Amino acid sequence: MIAALKQKDTYRRYLKSLKFGFYCMSHPLDGFWDLTHEKRGTYAAANTILIATLMIRVLKLRYTSFVVAPPVYWEGVNIFMILASVLFPLALWVIGNWALTTLFDGKGRLGQVYMATCYALLPYPVIQIPLTIASNFVTVDEAAFYSTLSTIALLYAGILIIAAMGQIHEYSAGKNLLFTVASLFAMLVMVFILMLFFSMISQGVAYFISLGKEILFRL
Amino acid sequence: MKKRITKIGAVMLSAFLVLTVPLTAQAGNEDYSYTYNYDYWGDVQDTPDLYSVCKVFTSSDLGLDVNMKNPTGLYVYGDLVYICDSGNNRIIEAKRTALENIEVVRIIDSFKGDVDVTTFNNPTDVAISEEGNFFIADQGNARVLKLDKDFNYLMQFDKPIDNTLDEKAAFLPNKIVIDPAERVYCIATGINKGLIKYENDGTFSGFVGATPVSYDWMDYIWKRLATQEQRALMESFVPTEYDNIYMDKEGFIYAVTSAISEDDLRADTGNPVRKLNLMGNDILVRNGNYTIIGDLYFGEGGGYSGSSLFSDVTVMDNDIYVCMDRNRGRLFGYDDQGNLVFAFGGNGNMDGYFRRPVAVEHMNHDLLVLDSLDGAVTLFITTEFGELIYDAIEQFDAGDYESSGKSWERVKELDGNYDLAYIGIGRSLLRQERYEEAMEYFELKYDDENYSKAYKQYRKEWVQENIVLIVVVLLIVFLVPMGIGKIRALKKEIDTADIFK
Repeated sequence: MIAALKQKDTYRRYLKSLKFGFYCMSHPLDGFWDLTHEKRGTYAAANTILIATLMIRVLKLRYTSFVVAPPVYWEGVNIFMILASVLFPLALWVIGNWALTTLFDGKGRLGQVYMATCYALLPYPVIQIPLTIASNFVTVDEAAFYSTLSTIALLYAGILIIAAMGQIHEYSAGKNLLFTVASLFAMLVMVFILMLFFSMISQGVAYFISLGKEILFRL
Repeated sequence: MKKRITKIGAVMLSAFLVLTVPLTAQAGNEDYSYTYNYDYWGDVQDTPDLYSVCKVFTSSDLGLDVNMKNPTGLYVYGDLVYICDSGNNRIIEAKRTALENIEVVRIIDSFKGDVDVTTFNNPTDVAISEEGNFFIADQGNARVLKLDKDFNYLMQFDKPIDNTLDEKAAFLPNKIVIDPAERVYCIATGINKGLIKYENDGTFSGFVGATPVSYDWMDYIWKRLATQEQRALMESFVPTEYDNIYMDKEGFIYAVTSAISEDDLRADTGNPVRKLNLMGNDILVRNGNYTIIGDLYFGEGGGYSGSSLFSDVTVMDNDIYVCMDRNRGRLFGYDDQGNLVFAFGGNGNMDGYFRRPVAVEHMNHDLLVLDSLDGAVTLFITTEFGELIYDAIEQFDAGDYESSGKSWERVKELDGNYDLAYIGIGRSLLRQERYEEAMEYFELKYDDENYSKAYKQYRKEWVQENIVLIVVVLLIVFLVPMGIGKIRALKKEIDTADIFK
């Protein structure tokens, strides 16, 4: 690992794979095919894109002008919740998608689903960073541009995710859309199970706490 | 060694105690101020008082032989105050002779004229036209009386003849306003079609300003499915009745209603305060951060719950209107943009608190509140802080932006949490074309509309001043890559040229 970090070639490959993200943005079908089949994507680049997305999610709060977006009530901000608002759906999507597609001829492995999804998030930082800066130079009348472009960033990323899944699993368009919907449903099921799990755990913990209290009373 | 540790421990403990005791004492004594306001976030911010109680005038203070019984109406005309002592069927005319003094001038319990009944029966409201004629809502006698200034009968306005009204139902005029042409606008109990409008010759000319009927589609579906009997038991979709009205100096009618559900208030579909134009349309400006519903939070506290229930409104000459909440006994002042200027009051027996407030009126900047259970009139006068705010608003309206800015500065010094002061300073700076400073003030209080106005001008100025720089930067941005491209192409051409092979 450390030996690899000392080689110049590692960085060249990293930068090249990061640059390849932009190719995926402009040529989704071709790009995402090559991402896994030609091994042109790296986990390092995927992580970088994810971190950039998380960073801009947080920085947006501070640096977006109050003219275009409602100002932030800082007392109510929990940075972990903001990070989780990206990471939690991402984890659910990756696991849900992989768990389903692996049963139905999906060629992508868990890591590849993760990598492709992260690559597909690229439009978000790419559009949001200049947008956040530009938001400080607009008036209320021009705020519509901001909200439109913000929506475009999300839609773009969404379309890329769907395209990426189709390519890495080698699905036809119809099957791809079907499994996109199915994956969303799988996410819901997982949320339901997690809620059930946590409420069961808390019930169990509460039981033992009350048991302990009862014993302490009797002693 | 051990001794030293205990010593240090003791010192630290005492320091801890000294530091925390005053703090906890303060936290324990958490008292809310009398006057408050909402900031941008909707948090309650205590403010200095804009009004202080000058005096509470009870029946004995006024020197009345019979105590006031369930008074309902209050009217101010110059320095004269009229109180409708409904329970005793009389109208009390009092005069404000000094800042802190109101004296009864005369008690009116009958009038002259050739009508059957020349006394009042439960008079609920009185109004005086520009010509000095009295208009009295004589509820028990089902009429609105018009008397001249010496109380001679001139005419009366009876139940409107309209086939949408139930003929058998009693006509109960409750509140009246008079426009400069002596047209009468009347709220009658049980009539929910809006205000009854009479021409000055006494003819009924229609209903004005009926509230649009609102209903839930869920309720509608239920009603469709219900049987006749079930439907009869359900709430019917009817327009809400107004509780009280006031005509401002421009002839617009401010109307308040308390018959709006909490859901509607929360969803901002209720509009308990309305400003009606001649067509009866609501033209109230609602540019404030929050809707004009009085208290923003309806939680239970001190035995009272639910939303503010506005039962009276009065409009000052500077377009600040004061709405009275009979639920929590509070007064809410709003400016012409719909920003909350102040909120104060409460239920209780102390001066400045009410038991059953029924009417509010203003005398210049001073406020008079009639409490029907106490049978007392509370006179509020402005404090220095209140006067500064009014000065600032009036100076701005008069176009004296610099003094307005200075007054707001002073307000800000007295209360740094008063949002309107920052916006006021900003607006004054904006008018003085000091855009960059104005932007700062607007940004502090998140006033995006005004900020944009200032920023637009600032941006324009900046572009004009730096046009050369902008052109140069643009040229560099476009020309340099182009030049590099050209050079590269040239280099390639040279490298691959046949003659060098």
